[in-house]
Amino acid sequence: MSDNHQNNYLTYPRGIMSWVLTLDHKRIGLMYLFGGMFFFFLAGVIALGMRLALATPEADFITNDQYNSMYTLHGAIMIFLFIIPAIPGALGNMLLPLMIGARDVAFPRLNLLSFYLYSLGAVFVIYTILAGGVDTGWTFYTPYSTTSTTNVIPMTLGIFVIGFSSILTGLNFIATIHKMRISGLTWYKLPLFVWALYGTSLVQITATPVIAITMVLLILERLLGIGIFDPALGGDPVLFQHFFWFYSHPAVYIMILPAFGIISEIIPVHSRKKIWGYKFIAYSTLSIAFIGFLVWGHHMFTSGQSVFSQIVFSFITYFVGIPTGIKIFSWMLTMYKGQVSFTPPMLYALSFLFLFTIGGLTGIFLGAVALDIHLHDTYFVVAHFHYVMQGGTIIAFLGGLHHWWPKTFGAMYNQTIANICAIGVFIGFNGTFFPQFLLGLRGMPRRYATYAQEYAEIHSYSTFWSLVLGLFIFIAVVNLLWSLRKNNKLDPGTNPWGALTMEWTHTTSPPHPHNFEEEPVLTHGPYDYDKVIVKPTFKK
Amino acid sequence: MDRLTEYLFPKQVSTFAQDIDNLFYFIFYTSLVLLAIVTFGMIYLAIKYRFKKNDEIRLTSSTDHNSILESSFVIIPLILVSITFVWGIKSYLNMVTVPNDAIEIKVTGQSWFWTFDYPEGGSTLNELVVPSGVPIKIVLSSKDVIHSFYIPVMRAKMDVLPNRYNVMWFNAEQEGIYPIFCAEYCGTGHSQMNAQVVVMNPKQYNVWLAEVGSEDDDLPLDELGAKLYSKKACITCHTLDGSPLVGPSYLQTSQMWGQERVFDDGSSATIDDNYIRNSILEPQSQIVAGYQGVMPTYQGLLNDRELDALIAFLKTLKEDSGI
Repeated sequence: MSDNHQNNYLTYPRGIMSWVLTLDHKRIGLMYLFGGMFFFFLAGVIALGMRLALATPEADFITNDQYNSMYTLHGAIMIFLFIIPAIPGALGNMLLPLMIGARDVAFPRLNLLSFYLYSLGAVFVIYTILAGGVDTGWTFYTPYSTTSTTNVIPMTLGIFVIGFSSILTGLNFIATIHKMRISGLTWYKLPLFVWALYGTSLVQITATPVIAITMVLLILERLLGIGIFDPALGGDPVLFQHFFWFYSHPAVYIMILPAFGIISEIIPVHSRKKIWGYKFIAYSTLSIAFIGFLVWGHHMFTSGQSVFSQIVFSFITYFVGIPTGIKIFSWMLTMYKGQVSFTPPMLYALSFLFLFTIGGLTGIFLGAVALDIHLHDTYFVVAHFHYVMQGGTIIAFLGGLHHWWPKTFGAMYNQTIANICAIGVFIGFNGTFFPQFLLGLRGMPRRYATYAQEYAEIHSYSTFWSLVLGLFIFIAVVNLLWSLRKNNKLDPGTNPWGALTMEWTHTTSPPHPHNFEEEPVLTHGPYDYDKVIVKPTFKK
Repeated sequence: MDRLTEYLFPKQVSTFAQDIDNLFYFIFYTSLVLLAIVTFGMIYLAIKYRFKKNDEIRLTSSTDHNSILESSFVIIPLILVSITFVWGIKSYLNMVTVPNDAIEIKVTGQSWFWTFDYPEGGSTLNELVVPSGVPIKIVLSSKDVIHSFYIPVMRAKMDVLPNRYNVMWFNAEQEGIYPIFCAEYCGTGHSQMNAQVVVMNPKQYNVWLAEVGSEDDDLPLDELGAKLYSKKACITCHTLDGSPLVGPSYLQTSQMWGQERVFDDGSSATIDDNYIRNSILEPQSQIVAGYQGVMPTYQGLLNDRELDALIAFLKTLKEDSGI
């Protein structure tokens, strides 16, 4: 018996300190997971509060200031405390060493430091909430953010600190991927999730310093009036927008690339089929990461930048579209001549394909300068980025969570409920955000606490479906957590999907504290469904 | 198409509105085709190759590329986005090339109202009056934070910056009254920072221009005050029903006439004509306790008679005045 629990990273070693000071990438991943889920819940509740307030045109039960604070916190928490850290921090930490046959990440202590920096940043954010919120929008545009009387400094300090967590995780992953692969695991044999983490990490270490510096400048501007953004002192508020989007556009790829990685794992496994266009998906990840640095100006099409800049930024923006489009076709074609199972992860992956395609295509509308002038800062943009961020990243995250849940916890959730929730989330999501495209086309600006009567009907649909969406996400998460009850343990040898990546074929579920009981030997590629048969095993 | 446009878009009032909507339709229909390919392709493949209950688990096909298919995924979208790009730029160049004969109107954004200054003198607040069929050049600047001047029916929008002038233009083809929004978040009153554009035929416009400002001279003071209350955007922050908004309600101030009002620095003053005058012209000098000092000064925006009118109007307010 004692031998048994020592084979499980969840139960060995024991004691609270073994978690607080853990250097185990799996435990750090779990702490990120629960931290991220907490903030996902918090920001989600804030979002539902906003939707309720927007159900009617008047400000019903909250004031304008409260609404402004809510939408700011919703955006900032979702982005900085959930979406950016969740997939690399939780799933990335959990899986990366397992997928490449490593004992841990390259720098385990640095990894723990990343988590604590994330937690420290979270403390600043929680302080901001308790102190009365902040009302600048997650974009902190000057000069509003330098004159607002709300808690801009604690919030930006929080983002500054979280930035370092992001940089250190990126650094750690890059070193791990370069140096910790087992022999024989060449770049082209890596699972695509690893490629995605690699691309993400590159963006994290190159872009994040820019937001850190920008936040410091903003704080200095508020405290000392250094005048870099203040026109009265010879500064330029639009300069802030350039700095901000120089990070925040690449950050979009920090948020979406790991999701691409998850989809590239789920679809081959649940279709039992070699992935379509491996090299293309791998290289498109890197090219998207690179091009992502050159398009920030499309967030500023109405700022009055030069006509030449507008043309160049519009042109380059379309170059992101092409590799993304081919990825979507590749995932679709992976199912060709496969054996497709409609499992919960697969349903999430299929709904990702549909929702992300809409998210991507609506980006084409916004990339056309003349049309963007009308749609800029309207609900069309709100709908577009929710299709990308929630319909893309969060749906992929939920899919990944369901896919690797039995691996992480050695327990299986109720798959029927999970399937129903996946469909419910899909319907609720479309019901919430599709009408917002129409609001934007009709000219409804974003960040409005109150609005004209003509938009009331569409807003009320959006609010209704947002409650459905919230409910199904909630049930889906409860269904996952419910599987952790006692006496629901799976056999350690379980590979419920018949997956071929190393985390499934070379270690137990949940994994051994040292990942692999003996030195792993590479026996097959991650997608060799044309060469190897691994039967799904599902035993209690 | 027309009925769809009516459903999807605000009215097409400016000369370039239709071109922009057509660009939308081009992207919209190509996107629909692409989305249909992905959706039906996905459903077809998933169902055709689904794993049935009695199926054997077997080795599956090693097909993972097809040069013709893949090239078409690159080439066809490349053609489509090229058309989109060129169309988007061509229309955009039209939107930024201001005709030489345009009438120039100066627009100033300020938290949270718009001021419009006309070339012949005269200015309006929250109401932009333009002649139809004539190009209008709008020169924008802000007195405080960044705003964005957005007229949905014109398909025109431009950020309003504190440190430089931005320019936009339009040529309105249909007379009518249409909404203007602030599209860049600017604080508490952002969603109330609305105005309207009144498009008149050029003859009417000239008559209006000659009279702008002077038509109010004959009104009794309290009626003029009631008019200014909405025209000068007091309505954005001050209610008439006693409920606080960004600032205290006029009704409350009226009911407290002659009583002491406490300010956020602990001092107080009697509510009288001078207090009101001072609150309008130098709002930052006395901030009512419990409110943020966010009101801009109206120095230069109201003449003496207009100040008198607003004070007279405020005094008339009673619980049952039902405005």
